[in-house]
Amino acid sequence: MNQGIVAVSYLGAIILFILSLGGLSNQETSRRGNVYGMVGMGLAIAVTILGSQVTSYSVLAVAMAAGAVIGAVLAARVEMTAMPELVACLHSFVGLAAVLVGYANYLDPHVQSQFSGVELAIHEIETYLGILIGAVTFTGSIIAFGKLRGSIRSAPLLLPARHWLNLAALLVCIWLGHEFMEAGSPAGLTALIIMTVVASLFGIHMVMAIGGADMPVVVSMLNSYSGWAAAATGFMLSNNLLIVTGALVGSSGAILSYIMCRAMNRKFIAVIAGGFGTSGGTSAASTEGGEVVAVSAEETAELLRDAKSIVIVPGYGMAVAQAQHTIYEITRLLRGKGKKVRFAIHPVAGRMPGHMNVLLAEAKVPYDIVLEMDEINEDFPTTDVVLVIGANDIVNPAALEDPGSPIAGMPVLQVWNARTAIVLKRSMATGYAGVDNPLFYKENTRMLFGDAKQSVDAVLKSLAE
Amino acid sequence: MRIGVPGEVHAGERRVATTPAVVRDLLKLGFEVAVEAGAGAQANYPDDAYVAAGAEVVADTRALWSGADIILKVRAPEMNSALGVDESELLAPGTTLISFIWPAQNAELMQRLAARGINVMAMDSVPRISRAQKMDALSSMANIAGYRAVIEAANQFGRFFTGQITAAGNVPPAKVMIIGAGVAGLAAIGAAKGLGAIVRAFDTRPEVKEQVESMDAEFLELDFEEEGAGTGGYAKQMSEAFIKAEMALFAAQAKEVDIIITTALIPGKPAPKLITEEMVKTMTKGSVVVDLAAEQGGNCECTVPGEVVSRHGVTIIGYMDLPSRLPTQSSQLYATNLRHLLTDLTPAKDGNIVINMEDEAIRGATVIKAGEITWPPPAPTLSKAPPKPKAATTHVPAPEAAPKSGVGLIATMIIGAVALLGLGQIAPPSFMEHFTVFVLACFIGYQVIWNVTPALHTPLMSVTNAISGIIVIGAMLQVSQPDGVNLIAILAGLAILLASINIAGGFLVTQRMLRMFRK
Repeated sequence: MNQGIVAVSYLGAIILFILSLGGLSNQETSRRGNVYGMVGMGLAIAVTILGSQVTSYSVLAVAMAAGAVIGAVLAARVEMTAMPELVACLHSFVGLAAVLVGYANYLDPHVQSQFSGVELAIHEIETYLGILIGAVTFTGSIIAFGKLRGSIRSAPLLLPARHWLNLAALLVCIWLGHEFMEAGSPAGLTALIIMTVVASLFGIHMVMAIGGADMPVVVSMLNSYSGWAAAATGFMLSNNLLIVTGALVGSSGAILSYIMCRAMNRKFIAVIAGGFGTSGGTSAASTEGGEVVAVSAEETAELLRDAKSIVIVPGYGMAVAQAQHTIYEITRLLRGKGKKVRFAIHPVAGRMPGHMNVLLAEAKVPYDIVLEMDEINEDFPTTDVVLVIGANDIVNPAALEDPGSPIAGMPVLQVWNARTAIVLKRSMATGYAGVDNPLFYKENTRMLFGDAKQSVDAVLKSLAE
Repeated sequence: MRIGVPGEVHAGERRVATTPAVVRDLLKLGFEVAVEAGAGAQANYPDDAYVAAGAEVVADTRALWSGADIILKVRAPEMNSALGVDESELLAPGTTLISFIWPAQNAELMQRLAARGINVMAMDSVPRISRAQKMDALSSMANIAGYRAVIEAANQFGRFFTGQITAAGNVPPAKVMIIGAGVAGLAAIGAAKGLGAIVRAFDTRPEVKEQVESMDAEFLELDFEEEGAGTGGYAKQMSEAFIKAEMALFAAQAKEVDIIITTALIPGKPAPKLITEEMVKTMTKGSVVVDLAAEQGGNCECTVPGEVVSRHGVTIIGYMDLPSRLPTQSSQLYATNLRHLLTDLTPAKDGNIVINMEDEAIRGATVIKAGEITWPPPAPTLSKAPPKPKAATTHVPAPEAAPKSGVGLIATMIIGAVALLGLGQIAPPSFMEHFTVFVLACFIGYQVIWNVTPALHTPLMSVTNAISGIIVIGAMLQVSQPDGVNLIAILAGLAILLASINIAGGFLVTQRMLRMFRK
């Protein structure tokens, strides 16, 4: 197959990938978009296999078949609550693949002999950077995976002088890069391996220092890194398809990280530097005090029955308790009675961007009643009852009212403007940010204590009666 | 401890101090409950209902009083004409009496009760703090009185409240003016609005304007600067000039409105006279005035406390027992108020009350403790000021960075341009070509991703996972080594494996998720 056909096919794949991402702009076109993505990928792979550079099919076939089977099984089995783990896991694969491709490329004498002078220098920098980013992505994602699964403690690990450690790692990598370029191929391998180790340690340390609340940012940041790793590999291989795809993925992750940071009113650098909640403000200790009014499941059902307009605010606690299916039943029942029921999603609810939407979709909640924070915030004053389920910081009025609060300035769902807010909560414990929530003491707030699943089951039961 | 609930002896009083539902709650707190036979009959709570709830029904009035450790009542103790003895005489020493007392008006009763060596908690003295709202019986009763006032007015009024367009002609809606937007006033606004009337309300405290307007009523305003808020959430007495302006407003309104409901009370003072006989004369014949302040002498000069009278063609209602005219509702709310107070009095839930004088709400309600008059209590600390953020909050987030000045933006662009030029100087054309593609792709990515709806961010991440598996191309180009399977081929093979997992897993899980999204 001649080079022209290959180039055109790659261009076709690029266009299909862009259409695939573009398709996600709304739910109706999203499935078609995903099909575009698959076609693009199939096209790129087919053209490459048929190209002149691929001659030994045995390893290729075995590896691809095994990978496809594993991938398909993972995709079919994964629980929707575990999506962040799967995504983190897949990020780590991209990172590791980038490292492996980088090494293979470096060790291949044919490739190395193609370059000389400035081109060689640039090629070596590309190789080095590709492996560096790949290694950080790989180990960082592994740690994120562990933290999300709960096998690694989600509290930030704060080594003494951690910022200096990071700086030192950066300087060592730059110095090793210099050594690597001086040594030339293949003598630079030692420097390359040491750098890979240092970068891996850096990836581990970076994610270890980030607390559980910042996980949405971490997951999107690693998404971005995996893109940049692919782009760097593309530069190394002089392959435009990889460069463009990497750039698309990289900017996607970067934008998601930005959206997440804005939704928490946090600076990106501050999140990456880690240790949220430890350097926190003094006023976290100034407990508001006051009395909370507890209600029973029956009274909650009564309030729902009397309401015309209801908004449900789910948080990750709902997913942990697996309450979303009962919530859907309640929603169906209330909608059947002609009530207006809607869901309000805060951008950082859940553990990755858009996580809550997927969980609700899985529970069959129609997506047109699931609204974003900006769409619904001004509707709260005309809402009769708000049900807050397993959420805390994202409905904390202190973010707007108390400039001394550690979460001051974070945009929140203003549920206290509704006529009644019912908060389902296990106990009076604070959320991720460790901040007391004055919402609970508001006059129009009622607390329904207990496990979210049991509480909503009881509410459903008395509603159905 | 044993709670005794006697029937009310006051003429016309139909309320009762506990209901069967509340009895169940009291039993849960560890109390025994005894109810006098027939106590709840007028409020539609028969004796059987009390028995079913677990209370003992006692026919002998004297035994009920003497056998109880706690007496729950609505009205203050008075002469029981059936027994020929004053109720206060029936109280055994050490008993705790909880009822309305009005200690300011009933100094002599207070002396008699103190002499009995008992504890007395006055429901009318529960302080108006937010924590004690659940036991604020004055508010619950005022709420009912406000509602009932509208019903009484409607009963006397010869027309519809709501406007109607009928085949026989148009009916204009009734106009209602409510003076005093306290609990009773707001309840009256709600009831009158519910019947379809046009409602206007006046209050000396400008801060209630919002509440009035939130109920879709019109707030009448004076062109006059004076704050009417006194301590404890009640109104205070106003200056003479203010009252003059106010009277002028009422005089003007009286000519226009059909119903006037007055609820103006100033604690410890006779009710202010707001509606003069002159104003009544100017009202349309058939209009109605309901005076909720009748007990304190009335807001209207023509009011006869306790009666309905007609003056100059206007009906003036001066009932003092409006809550008692809705006995089931008012008993239920009052009993619940009592239950909340008793819950606070029994922290251990063991049926033993502890009168904790450190507790602001309990301290306020306790007017006699062990035979000693403890009324009036020290002034309540009103709605505690929110703790000021400490001056030393150094952690206040830095104000939003000012939007970049034009100069800064230009400088950034110049630096960027110089850096790119420098790169162009040294980089070979092949690199620049890739670099161009890269930068353009970043811009396309930026445009495309911002269009993605936030609801689909998780599928976005999984699909980007899948397409970043494109790295498989790089590995595929390396896997075919001329000398068979060597280290490079193994590395590349591994990379293919990993990337294939990504491709298959990413696309399939995205498909699975997207299929879930439905309308």
